[in-house]
Amino acid sequence: MQHVLYLLLRRLRTPIIALISVYAICVLGFTLIPGQDLDGNPWRMDFFHAFYFVSFMGSTIGFGEIPYPFTPMQRGWTTVSVYATVLTWLYGVGTIFALFQDSNVRRLIQRTNFARRVAKIHRPFYLVCGCGVTGQRITKLLDDHGINSVVIENDQVLFDRFEGDELSLSVPGICADAADPEILALAGIQDPLCIGVLAITNNDHTNLSIAIDSKLVMPERLVISATQSKETTANLNSFGTDYIIDPFGTFADQLYLTLRQPYKHLLHDLIVNPNHNVLASPHQKTEGRWVICGYGRFGQALEKKFLAHGIEMTFIEPDPSLYKIPAGSVQGVGTEAKTLLEANITGAVGIIAGTPDDADNLSIIITARDLKPDLITVARQNKDANKPMFRAADVNMIMQPGRAVANEIYMLIRTPMLMQFFNAAREKDREWSRQLLMRITDVLQDQPLDTWACELDSTNAPAVSDWLDRDGKLSIAALYRDPRNRDNPLSAVPVLLKRGDISVMEPSDTTELLTGDQILFCGQRAAHTHINWTLSNHNALRYIITGRYEPGGHIWRYLRRKWSSNKTDERISEESEKNQ
Amino acid sequence: MNTENVVFAFFIVLALTLNFGFTLGDIDNIEHHNVYELFAAIVISLIATVMKFGDRTHVGAVLLATSLVADLQLIICALIWGGVNHLTDTGMTPGIMASIVSLSAGALLANICSVILLIMETNMMRH
Repeated sequence: MQHVLYLLLRRLRTPIIALISVYAICVLGFTLIPGQDLDGNPWRMDFFHAFYFVSFMGSTIGFGEIPYPFTPMQRGWTTVSVYATVLTWLYGVGTIFALFQDSNVRRLIQRTNFARRVAKIHRPFYLVCGCGVTGQRITKLLDDHGINSVVIENDQVLFDRFEGDELSLSVPGICADAADPEILALAGIQDPLCIGVLAITNNDHTNLSIAIDSKLVMPERLVISATQSKETTANLNSFGTDYIIDPFGTFADQLYLTLRQPYKHLLHDLIVNPNHNVLASPHQKTEGRWVICGYGRFGQALEKKFLAHGIEMTFIEPDPSLYKIPAGSVQGVGTEAKTLLEANITGAVGIIAGTPDDADNLSIIITARDLKPDLITVARQNKDANKPMFRAADVNMIMQPGRAVANEIYMLIRTPMLMQFFNAAREKDREWSRQLLMRITDVLQDQPLDTWACELDSTNAPAVSDWLDRDGKLSIAALYRDPRNRDNPLSAVPVLLKRGDISVMEPSDTTELLTGDQILFCGQRAAHTHINWTLSNHNALRYIITGRYEPGGHIWRYLRRKWSSNKTDERISEESEKNQ
Repeated sequence: MNTENVVFAFFIVLALTLNFGFTLGDIDNIEHHNVYELFAAIVISLIATVMKFGDRTHVGAVLLATSLVADLQLIICALIWGGVNHLTDTGMTPGIMASIVSLSAGALLANICSVILLIMETNMMRH
């Protein structure tokens, strides 16, 4: 990359040379022109005084004629010099201002500043390419959790909106094409601190080139890419992209869960979206035929999902010739009663307004409800700003594709175990979901939910792994006891235990732990802190196992050993046996 | 033939010749060293420096550096000269002239380096 200073210096070459020359000529003139001192003796200005005089004259400060009043000859030269120096200054300053207006220079300055801000991040960060609804939401989520990110967005409008966001961390952003390797390099794609690259622009090709670039530079680094076509998916897979997200597929998946698996949906929503109020109710009747407005990418993803589960549907699409639309579909937008009646809205159980236009979606919902008041209404909200309108319309379910995908991606990068949990949960039945949901809600007591994974190894859980390595026994129940008072259980539920390739859903309290186990917990945020304490603090763990506080420092431990030789150890093993 | 190259070489060589002209003579003889020649040497040296701005090649960077060294030495000469004549009552003495000329001889070395580099670059271009 060009350095800004070099560019400025090169462009300023002519004005600076002009200034030096004009000053030199003026100074020389004053030393050569004969003058007179106060007594009328011939006198010549020396270089010192000439330079002094030209300096203040050139900047038009003007201290007068020094050291003696000038002769007419000197005054004439002064007149020439004044015009020459002032004009040269105007030329020089004008060039500098013009330079900063120059788009090339401004872009260079912008990039230099961006690179400097990226270099200033001294903690692991994520590179977010594409700052649409999804990207913006992810950046916000990362920021909320104190994780740095760097943003690249091609669209000036979206970029301005991102810059207007109030984030607590410094999030460097640049408005440029993320497919450009030079921009990616500036954004720190080669930086070992960059722990993940999210290619979530609207353009499949751009996403592809970002993913390739990242995999070439650092093959083991996490890459998550969004895609909208099968070809790109296959291509992304071929070079080992870690997660490929199809925004519409993900969204259709969640919509299906909402309609047909309400408990699983509630569970999913509770975990992924901790502060979100769920609008779906598990008691609603959702059996029957659905009317779906819009057969674009979203409609097609829904069709695939619904067909797989044998749900009946009728599509309304304004331009059926564009796609291979299924038979029985109706032509129209769906905002008019006529079209809706044609699609037999009165015989349907619900309507999904899934067009990319928010106003159309609202209009569809309102018209449809007029025709059949007890209709279940699902509206797709595309823009965050339209939230109040959708709330006011009293829609049963508002689906926000951008947000849904953002939550999904955030979950992936924060706790990859969650993905395994949800995949395993798909196999479980309705009752299981309901009970787990109840158990988690009981524990939460209206506090926001935190989900975290802990690994029982020597770095993340030194105390526990130490204890297990010395053949100590520990059950999973011991982990979520309060390290301040072990009779109190902490507000947390272990939902998944992973040992090697085996995963156990909702492991029972008596499960014996082994070194290297990974456990996924759901619970209150406070419980997270306490469990971390137990995992890493030998004294806390010892208290939980034995019920007694032991001295912690080397000297105290030594004295205590001296005093009661082996008694303590015996007692500990007795106690832990009792606990089992 | 490229006008820019002619101008560039002209200023670099002129900076050297003026510098040489000023330095030539008995080191402590005030009569042998003209103030106008020093002035011209400084101005030309400054212009030569500015002309090297923004050249990102390695030779360009070294040329800029040698030029800056020459500027520095010559400006110190001028400061001493002006200082003894106007700021203190010392006036010009053979001793002071000797130190001014030795500083200017240092600048001369830097300017010689510049010219050698210029010749080398010209030779490389030919290959």
